[in-house]
Amino acid sequence: MTHTPPPTPDNTAVAAGHGVAIDGAGVPVLDVDDVTRSYPGEPPIQALREVNLRIGQGELVGVVGPSGSGKTTLLQLMGTLDRPTSGRLRITGLDVATMADEDVAYLRATRIGFIFQQFFLAEHAKVLDNVADGLLYAGIPLKQRRERALDALELVGLAERLHARPTQLSGGQRQRVAIARALVGEPAIVLADEPTGNLDQATGQSILALIDQLHQAGSTIVVITHDHAIAERMPRKVEIIDGHIVADTGPAADTDPRRRALAGPPTHEPQTASGSPVREEPS
Amino acid sequence: MTATATLSRRRLQLSDLTRLSTVGLRTRKLRTGLSALGIAIGVGAIVAVLGLSASSQSGLLAEINQLGTNLLTVSNGQSFGGGTAELPTSAPGMIGRISGVQQAQSTGAVAGANAFRTPYIPSVDTNGLTVQAASLDLLPVLAATVAQGHYLNAGTAQEPVVVLGAAAAELLGIDRIYPGERIWVGGQWFYVAGILKPAVLASAIDSSVLIGYPAAQKYLGFDGHPSIVYLRAKNDRVNVVDNLLAATANPENPSGVSVSQPSSALVAQADAKSALNGLFLGLGAVALLVGAVGVANIMIISVLERRSEIGLRRALGATKGHIRTQFLAEAVLLGLLGGTVGVALGAAATAVYAHTKHWATVIPTEAWAGGIAASLIIGAIAGLIPALRAARLSPTQALWSV
Repeated sequence: MTHTPPPTPDNTAVAAGHGVAIDGAGVPVLDVDDVTRSYPGEPPIQALREVNLRIGQGELVGVVGPSGSGKTTLLQLMGTLDRPTSGRLRITGLDVATMADEDVAYLRATRIGFIFQQFFLAEHAKVLDNVADGLLYAGIPLKQRRERALDALELVGLAERLHARPTQLSGGQRQRVAIARALVGEPAIVLADEPTGNLDQATGQSILALIDQLHQAGSTIVVITHDHAIAERMPRKVEIIDGHIVADTGPAADTDPRRRALAGPPTHEPQTASGSPVREEPS
Repeated sequence: MTATATLSRRRLQLSDLTRLSTVGLRTRKLRTGLSALGIAIGVGAIVAVLGLSASSQSGLLAEINQLGTNLLTVSNGQSFGGGTAELPTSAPGMIGRISGVQQAQSTGAVAGANAFRTPYIPSVDTNGLTVQAASLDLLPVLAATVAQGHYLNAGTAQEPVVVLGAAAAELLGIDRIYPGERIWVGGQWFYVAGILKPAVLASAIDSSVLIGYPAAQKYLGFDGHPSIVYLRAKNDRVNVVDNLLAATANPENPSGVSVSQPSSALVAQADAKSALNGLFLGLGAVALLVGAVGVANIMIISVLERRSEIGLRRALGATKGHIRTQFLAEAVLLGLLGGTVGVALGAAATAVYAHTKHWATVIPTEAWAGGIAASLIIGAIAGLIPALRAARLSPTQALWSV
């Protein structure tokens, strides 16, 4: 694949290959608007307080905070696995609060990808089927699910291990499988919860490099971490403490070289590792 | 395409549901086998009990049919005075002349005569044996056969010669006939000519010592009155003949005659459920109940163990309904597995036992179909609560509190 030079900013609005069109004027992929989440108790525990966060198409955001800061709660809310106590949350413009549970589930099936610290792979199933299960609830027939899983595995560099079981893979490979599963549905946003938390330093670096590469290819990714070093390397860093966002570097300027990939022609697939001119992250 | 495009709800395809619901069963085979075992034992016991009962019944009915259902017996009943109403000596002959009667034969109890192995046995030890005068063509009418030796013939019927019923031979301790074998009947020696096989249609013959009419009159002072007339009627005339018998046998006192059809009594007996059946069915039901509790237990454990899988599936877009359906289907499959194995076990047990008894193997439809249906329902009931719990599990708790 080749890249054309960045044309007009309008092109960045085209959600290439994600099945969701965002209008150029900037309906954010994710819009957290004055969201509070409190848990019942005496007194109620406020995990998040009036949080505002807009994440646009193609952004790579690192959300950093210490344990108990509310970053996991934020991820759960952004992932629609939990609902805010007050405030509004929109995914690709859809207001989650007004949707029925089944519709929210379908939203997750088609527009949100998750990457977890513990991978959560099915040990009895082959790598290919683990990834294909990412589309199970999107109503796509098995044959297509497997075809798309194959593409996603190529993207993360595991096309050779389609028929291996997760137990036969290293930690880094397992996380790559999990990333492929998150990407297989070409979601509007990928949420990663401490994606390197269970990996050693070097492997963690290679996973972060992969995330970078996916971002360059156009994916919108939010990485939750407690590690400032990881957040620092993201184009946008959001710091959260005690349920408040205390710092937000804001959307990266379009001049950021790593955003250029977004300006490429609409494609159905993000760049593969081999054919892409993106920089290879040293691990 | 716009951002407000309607989100459609998707149901799982059957093939996907099948794959999902077997995941837990395939990955934990030993546990699956053990928890299905309870249901298998219950269904197996029920199928085996019903199958054995049906097979033995069909075996008995086949035997009865082979022996013929057209045998009727006429026996002396009670007189008004309370004593025995003797059948006239002419009764067998008269009955034989009824249209539709193929053959009539008789036996007559010889009053006061008892049979012993030797003269030295105390006279009170009669073993419950009866001495009966018997007509010469009795065996074909009873569909009875000789196990050893010969039945009475025109010659031996005149002489002190006996033929022993199967039970009588056993009680007297005679299992083989030697030349010169004899027993002590009514104060003198009688030679043993033959031993009969058990007579299914006339069990009274089994415990009888049979001698010829002439010999009974000559040696034992028998009065010649028959006590039971056995007759075969044409199959289509059985009822007609039945109605005429009492009056024909004893025209002076028809009410002192009792008429019966031994095969119908046996059929009724075959139809009657064994009391043990109820016991074993009850045990089977208890095993099923225990099996159901086992399945429910295993499913609840499975839900607890698979919290992260449930959470992941929710994150991948599964609705509560998807999760519920998956676990419910798994429990139903577990029940079905147990039920199928149980039916196979029960059928195998029935087949083996029926084979040793030379019966046809009969597994009633309600037994195997009922067994499968019961196991499905049990699986569904046992899986209901675990499935509801799985569906209720909040995805955040399932994924973040491992």
